[in-house]
Amino acid sequence: MPTHPVLAQSALAQSALAQSALDPSVLDPSVLDPSVLDAWIPAIIFMALSLGVGLSMVIGARILGVRSREMPATRGLTYESGEEPQGVAWIRFHPRYYVVALVFVLFDVEAAFVLPWALNVRSLGLFAIVEMFVFLLVLLLGWAYAVRKGALEWQ
Amino acid sequence: MNPWLHASLYAVVVVTVLMTCTAWATWIERKFAGRVQSRLGPTRVGFVGLLQPIADALKLLQKEDIVPAAADRILFNLAPPLTVALALATAAVIPFSPGLLASDLDVGVLYVLAVSGLMVFPVWIGAWASNNKYALLGAMRAVAQAISYEVPLLLATTIPILLADTMSVSGIVEYQRDHGWFIGRPFGIGLAAFAIFFVASMAENNRIPFDTPEAESELVSGPTTEYTGMKFGLFYMAEYVHSIVVAALGAALFFGGWDGPGAPGLHWMVLKTVVLWTITLGLRWTLLRFRTDQMMNLCWRFLVPASLVVLMAAALWVHLVEGA
Repeated sequence: MPTHPVLAQSALAQSALAQSALDPSVLDPSVLDPSVLDAWIPAIIFMALSLGVGLSMVIGARILGVRSREMPATRGLTYESGEEPQGVAWIRFHPRYYVVALVFVLFDVEAAFVLPWALNVRSLGLFAIVEMFVFLLVLLLGWAYAVRKGALEWQ
Repeated sequence: MNPWLHASLYAVVVVTVLMTCTAWATWIERKFAGRVQSRLGPTRVGFVGLLQPIADALKLLQKEDIVPAAADRILFNLAPPLTVALALATAAVIPFSPGLLASDLDVGVLYVLAVSGLMVFPVWIGAWASNNKYALLGAMRAVAQAISYEVPLLLATTIPILLADTMSVSGIVEYQRDHGWFIGRPFGIGLAAFAIFFVASMAENNRIPFDTPEAESELVSGPTTEYTGMKFGLFYMAEYVHSIVVAALGAALFFGGWDGPGAPGLHWMVLKTVVLWTITLGLRWTLLRFRTDQMMNLCWRFLVPASLVVLMAAALWVHLVEGA
């Protein structure tokens, strides 16, 4: 038994969730149509073949390509406009890329909501459209905030 | 027929045709670029240079494969096959005619977006493993650009999904056959969605005018700087395969795919794909390269809010006109 009040609450919430009125057939594996997964077999074969093509070309180049008997030390140097390379390239880089990634996450998570919504607009009717409008407006507010804050400026 | 055998046969056919098209797409592009720049392009190998792609492939195969001493060997060798594998794999759900598609996934559009979204990884892996400053700078730009344009691309492809009420690419094509092509039917909405899709997919693919990652006048050759021989060729090939697949996807999502009067579906699909691909080619050889900040502004200040507005308009159209 958890003694901490927060833990106790969360345990309570979990048991309530387990007993909730979730339609059992949704989770019943026997209801899942296995032919849904059959459509993936050709796709997986296709992906495997694509990877095979890529790998075979690299291996083919290894077999057919010429190779020097001895490698001059300069040939293995990293290209840096003909100068001797200074240090390594594995360094920290500008934080503006980090900001772009953050804003991207903000908008990409939204796709997780938009895609199922787009497939159900017809059956859900006006309510779903208004809901999504509110959500997209909030998102646009976030976008306006990011613009005002200069997060999208590329210095 | 055995479904495994059937699927394997289709996959082999589609991949072979796609790779052949890719090879001669380079010939078309070089001829086209030559004409744009008042020169002839390849003329020596075969009739009007038609065998040039074969000569190129043989040359690339024979070249010495140099891995920089400072590079991470495993990741460096992993990136090129991965990039070409992902580029080819996106073609699995493109319907070339009513029966001719490798895999009719019910989440087809999402599959294409997911697999082509993964294509930033090989670019980054290869550039980071190269241990070259130019490559790293180019790859950082490529990743920033790809993930930025991912957002309007995703929103623009949501619009055909919303209008056709399915995520399967062939389902979307069939809907357009019955109700009219999306480029013209919700007047303005489909066209705006296609424009956003087209610009964003060109930017995703790092094609000129969005090729700042490769900007040869400042970054040598961007992420592929340290690659030689066939490994460089694979990056190049992936870019071409991706550009063809994107043209085919645009044709299927907005121009009715294989739908058309008087000719077999395959002819229409090929015609539409070739026209779209040639338009990207024309843009590539006539426009100047944008600066990185201009490109970021175009995406975040214009395309993202515009795609949100078009999405809302499409939802309203479905509700008001179709009475859903």
